[in-house]
Amino acid sequence: MGSSTENSAFGETRNPWDVSRVPGGSSGGSAAAVAADECLAALGSDTGGSIRQPAAFCGVVGLKPTYGRVSRYGLVAFASSLDQIGPLTKNVGDAALLLNVIAGHDPCDSTSADVAVPDFTGVLGQDIRGLTIGVPREYFAEGIDGEVEALVQAAVRQLESLGARPVEISLPHTGYAVAAYYILATSEASSNLARYDGVKYGLRVPGQDLLDMYMKTREQGFGAEVKRRIILGTYSLSSGYYDAYYRKAQQVRTLIMRDFEEAFQSVDVIATPTSPTPAFRIGEKVTDPLQMYLTDICTISVNLAGVPAISVPCGFTAAGLPVGLQIIGRHFDEETVLRIAHAYEQANDWYRRKPLLK
Amino acid sequence: MDYEAVIGLEIHAQLLTDTKMFCGCSTKFGSEPNTQTCPVCMGLPGVLPVMNRKAVEYVIRTGAAMNCEIAGRSRFARKNYFYPDLPKGYQISQYELPLCNRGHIDISVDGVTKRIGLTRIHLEEDAGKNIHEGTRNESFVDLNRAGVPLMEIVTEPDIRNPREAVEFMKKLRTIVRFIGVCDGNMEQGSLRCDANVSVRPAGQDEFGVKTEIKNMNSFRFVEKALEYEIRRQLRALKEGERIIQETRLWNADRGVTESMRSKEEAHDYRYFPDPDLMPIEVGALWTEQIRADIGELPDAKKARYSAELKLPEQDADALSSDRYASAWFEEVLALGGEPKAAANWIRGDLARLLNEENREFAQCPLTPCHLVDMLGLVDRGTISGKIAKTVFEEMYRSGKDAGTVVKEKGLVQMSDEAGIAKIVDAVLARSPGEVERYRAGDAKLMGFFVGQVMKETKGKANPKIVNELLKKKLD
Repeated sequence: MGSSTENSAFGETRNPWDVSRVPGGSSGGSAAAVAADECLAALGSDTGGSIRQPAAFCGVVGLKPTYGRVSRYGLVAFASSLDQIGPLTKNVGDAALLLNVIAGHDPCDSTSADVAVPDFTGVLGQDIRGLTIGVPREYFAEGIDGEVEALVQAAVRQLESLGARPVEISLPHTGYAVAAYYILATSEASSNLARYDGVKYGLRVPGQDLLDMYMKTREQGFGAEVKRRIILGTYSLSSGYYDAYYRKAQQVRTLIMRDFEEAFQSVDVIATPTSPTPAFRIGEKVTDPLQMYLTDICTISVNLAGVPAISVPCGFTAAGLPVGLQIIGRHFDEETVLRIAHAYEQANDWYRRKPLLK
Repeated sequence: MDYEAVIGLEIHAQLLTDTKMFCGCSTKFGSEPNTQTCPVCMGLPGVLPVMNRKAVEYVIRTGAAMNCEIAGRSRFARKNYFYPDLPKGYQISQYELPLCNRGHIDISVDGVTKRIGLTRIHLEEDAGKNIHEGTRNESFVDLNRAGVPLMEIVTEPDIRNPREAVEFMKKLRTIVRFIGVCDGNMEQGSLRCDANVSVRPAGQDEFGVKTEIKNMNSFRFVEKALEYEIRRQLRALKEGERIIQETRLWNADRGVTESMRSKEEAHDYRYFPDPDLMPIEVGALWTEQIRADIGELPDAKKARYSAELKLPEQDADALSSDRYASAWFEEVLALGGEPKAAANWIRGDLARLLNEENREFAQCPLTPCHLVDMLGLVDRGTISGKIAKTVFEEMYRSGKDAGTVVKEKGLVQMSDEAGIAKIVDAVLARSPGEVERYRAGDAKLMGFFVGQVMKETKGKANPKIVNELLKKKLD
């Protein structure tokens, strides 16, 4: 869990572009492995940005499909209503290829959608003339890194030069997304992680009685961030607090979904930064969970709305750190997302650059 | 001061599906521990539940049979608590949107009918079982039962005494068995009952402080436990003690309820909608289909058997309360059988034969045709009513039809007068003393002569002709 891999039980992963920096998270290992050419492609799981943010930090392509596009059966659940599996690849074409393999209805996952799966490579190479790109003003507000903003704005202008039509839009409930997300995700997590109780499998720390065994097992088995989230989620669901937190967050989620629905009445995709900053230093935010949570500010709404989104490299900062452009699409319209991402990617050579790995 | 008890029941009924609520494992009872498990019902990481449509249908069927409103939209919720027999750390249950709301069951106590309201019926999964016997300082967990579909029926606090509670349970059991959703076996735990009990001064509107009684696994224990608990609460009130809201267990050995946990120790289950399962949309068409499949329920059947078939209450009651018995009975009628005669055979010889083998009516080896054919032979005088008992039992054992049994065993009634007359003459000839005494006025001896003739004919002589001939020759 988390946006940096620093909570991993096996220690943190380092960013191939600058090993003093984090690769993003939580699927930072997958992103770093793809960036460092340790593999051809990887899968990640994205609950609040865990595929896209590490893709941006590591200069690779990361796609979170529509919720329900890929089966969750076999995925160790964190937040069931938000989790989605997706590809991390060196280019958009590979992402389309890998999505072809993993997409589709699974009778073992009731939340996987029974909708037709197209050949996602079919749209690659199609031009993007006439497509409308929404640019939400809430994503270019205070807190965004100047270099990141400049690179993403440049990317939008380049999409315009390729024939797309950018328009400014508003997603008015964006400001509530992080708060709603951290209530819903932790509530679900607190329940999903209950099964790791030392009774059936995994770690068991013996205790004097059942309760003692439970407490010692979970005390030792979980790290600080996981415990923090379990406590947060347990609190949100407690009787007397449910209405104020969980129910309210669900209502916010509905409003955020509507934001997207309304936006997609007039635009084909939405373009934003993937992360407000490039990769930060290892240890920089580890003592400030709130700052850490805010690094997901650009990706979280997408999970709450269940729509698909991709992160493609859109340049480098002066310090040589990759920056990601996020393209968000309509439900089950990964094709348009891939089409635009591919057109943008092919018009640049960011994706050909490799980290030097000193 | 007069006090009255206020009782509400929570009934858990295991549904008769072949497979579990959220996986394909068998629901068979009594197998070796953990032989009916899979990654889903063991709660392994990464697994997901998939709903059993049949279980949903059974709850809707129950709701329809108990006069409930069937929800158009329903959903599952997670009930979170830690216990070793609960592999996921939460039970998938229903909370805010149960499948059925607001129903009722009518019960009859001492001839007076009373309506008991139902608050809701919802669907959930059962937990496994912890095993403590034969172990030292350790316990084992059997997950065979984990995930078996369970229906929870909650009543309004409409019950006023233990007898009403028992009558309600019996009626509920009749219905769930009749509609085929639960086998109703309280001893094996497929039908379980908890009760909320309080007492208050008669005429007062507010409820007293309630206790919840668990572990009453027979009708008798329901009655005994409630009687005890009401006495206990009344005694406490009369002695000026306060009743504590708590959960109490019925101890059948000691015949008392014992405190298990107080309200303060009660769990906060942190219910929330289960994100792994989609909401259930119950279409009106589906509900109507399920309603149509239920057909006539026991109460309506009983009324019809009394009014239209003129059956005595006991016959009407017995024949209407078992789905298979009533279907069998109605098939006999459809084939032309006479209602009272059919009722007598079903409740008499057939019930006895089934009972001897510990069989349910569902396993009855005889078909309605067997009985109707046999009744026809009796009506036509081919066999006597007495011989019919032999024929019936033989049909039951062999499965052969009445005609075959009668032929093979040579049980055809002797109705030829000349033949019977010969035997009558022979009997009278060898009993001169009895003949003399009869003619002197000892009318009871007629029975002796009839018996002798029957003995000679192995019971096959037509009793009517035997009587006529004897009278003619003796008088």
